[in-house]
Amino acid sequence: MAALSLDLEFQAGQGITALFGTAGAGKTLVLDAIAGFARPDTGRIMLDDRILFDAASRVHLKPQRRNCGYVLQNDKLFPHLTIRENLVFAADRLPRLERHRRVNETLERFQLAAAAGRRPQEASRSEKARCSLARGLICSPRALLLDAPFEGLDAPSRNEIQQLVRSARGDFQIPILLATHHLEECCQLADRMLLLHDGRIAQSGRPREVLEQPASVEVARLLGIANLFQAEITALDPGRNTSRLRFQEYELTGTYFPGHLRGDRVWLCVRAADLRATGRNGARPEANQVPVKLLRVSDMPQAVQLEFSGDITVEVPSQEFEREKDNKEWVVEFPPAALRVL
Amino acid sequence: MTSSWFPLWLSLRVAVLATLVSVPCGLGIAWVLANREFRGKELVDAVVALPLLLPPTVLGYYLLVVLGASSPLGYLYEALFGRPLLFTWQAAVVASAFYATPLLTRSARAAFETAGPAYEKAARSLGASEWRVFWRVTLPLSRRAIGAASLVAFARALGEFGVTLLIAGNLPGKTQTAVVGIYDAIQRGETRVARIFVAALSGVALAIAYAANRLGRRAVAE
Repeated sequence: MAALSLDLEFQAGQGITALFGTAGAGKTLVLDAIAGFARPDTGRIMLDDRILFDAASRVHLKPQRRNCGYVLQNDKLFPHLTIRENLVFAADRLPRLERHRRVNETLERFQLAAAAGRRPQEASRSEKARCSLARGLICSPRALLLDAPFEGLDAPSRNEIQQLVRSARGDFQIPILLATHHLEECCQLADRMLLLHDGRIAQSGRPREVLEQPASVEVARLLGIANLFQAEITALDPGRNTSRLRFQEYELTGTYFPGHLRGDRVWLCVRAADLRATGRNGARPEANQVPVKLLRVSDMPQAVQLEFSGDITVEVPSQEFEREKDNKEWVVEFPPAALRVL
Repeated sequence: MTSSWFPLWLSLRVAVLATLVSVPCGLGIAWVLANREFRGKELVDAVVALPLLLPPTVLGYYLLVVLGASSPLGYLYEALFGRPLLFTWQAAVVASAFYATPLLTRSARAAFETAGPAYEKAARSLGASEWRVFWRVTLPLSRRAIGAASLVAFARALGEFGVTLLIAGNLPGKTQTAVVGIYDAIQRGETRVARIFVAALSGVALAIAYAANRLGRRAVAE
């Protein structure tokens, strides 16, 4: 980790901000810096109007004084304490009666009453994840930091915990920062996402917008967009909102690409689910269709992923593939609205 | 007969007290080594381990110099308790503690460094003071490892010979521990006394080794 250097600037408002990046991109380091466990070389970290860290004036509040709920990777519940004692430990700074009330309330709210007397190693994964979240929130922190909180959970438990995070967003009205390397989590939960790549924020915005319009090839790769091709813009017509692209030896029609010039060499970026693959059956390819050979078929939960010659990947719904699977010759259609250039 | 049991009784008393002294010292040093970064940290670690590596006579010589009546420490002790420290059974406690502390420090540091950090981080983020983190998280999480290390330290204190002989001497009924007693008995040809002490010390060592192993295994399993 010594070689990791980060240089970022961002603001996270109320709601859930996802910090998205591959393993080793520095997500945990960002959370650690906010929580007070890592000391940046320069810069400033503020929470509301409080300075948590300022390199210039040598302010570096201890983690204890930052009042950030920090849910660490793999829950990190104290193994020698029961679920209830874990919460009592976190609520220690409250007066005794208030603490008692708050712990009971939290146990109810996070559906942990039945497991209260169990040690973490006797509790289910879901109970541990719930307790870890509850422990981070019990003292009403000013911000909540979640480090891959859904890792290792099965789908039902994951949904359950995600629901709790959503309701925490509504109830606590604090910034929630979620470090994750799962795109689905960003889309399902986050109001905003920050893409961490190469030590900086490569792109930020609403998850849907980021997915629709990646800012660069790196971002597109990070988002798992399978189809990235080099292409050349051969025509642009703002009046009719059209453009033409040369891709391999084919001409494709797209919408108008503002900010580009004719002759620009660009990256053509199309999501696998936006392409359509159909049988060719001897017919000549129509406009925006490219004849291809099917190389590999792999099953996904609700779709089938088809890999064609020319590194083209298409996702089609399983039923649609059932109808088409006997085709010998294929064409892939590039719908104009699906074409993005980077 | 009472007097012939005295060395064993003294040994146990010395070893218990030496362990009681070395546990807080060892835990304190181990905590600093595991949690604080400072220049010369590894040197401190090496110095702490030194008693395990130095020949007993060399360590004994140092202690004779440092604790002698003419040294500041020896003078202070005499001013406080009205008699010199050297050649009393209390000196045997010091000698044994010097051997027990490094063992404890090593084990406790390893336990603090493996069991602790992630949970300590969680505790600190929850607002717990360093003191509370240590008592409520670090110590409970490494209690079995420390228990096992204390047992081994006790056994080591029980078996201390060279330094004890040098700074506490071999005064029967006063400073003669069982280990020194065995040496003395063999010198005088009293093999029966030697056999009793040998059997007793072997039994204690075996029991401790067994208990420490079990504790250590449970510490790993946690």
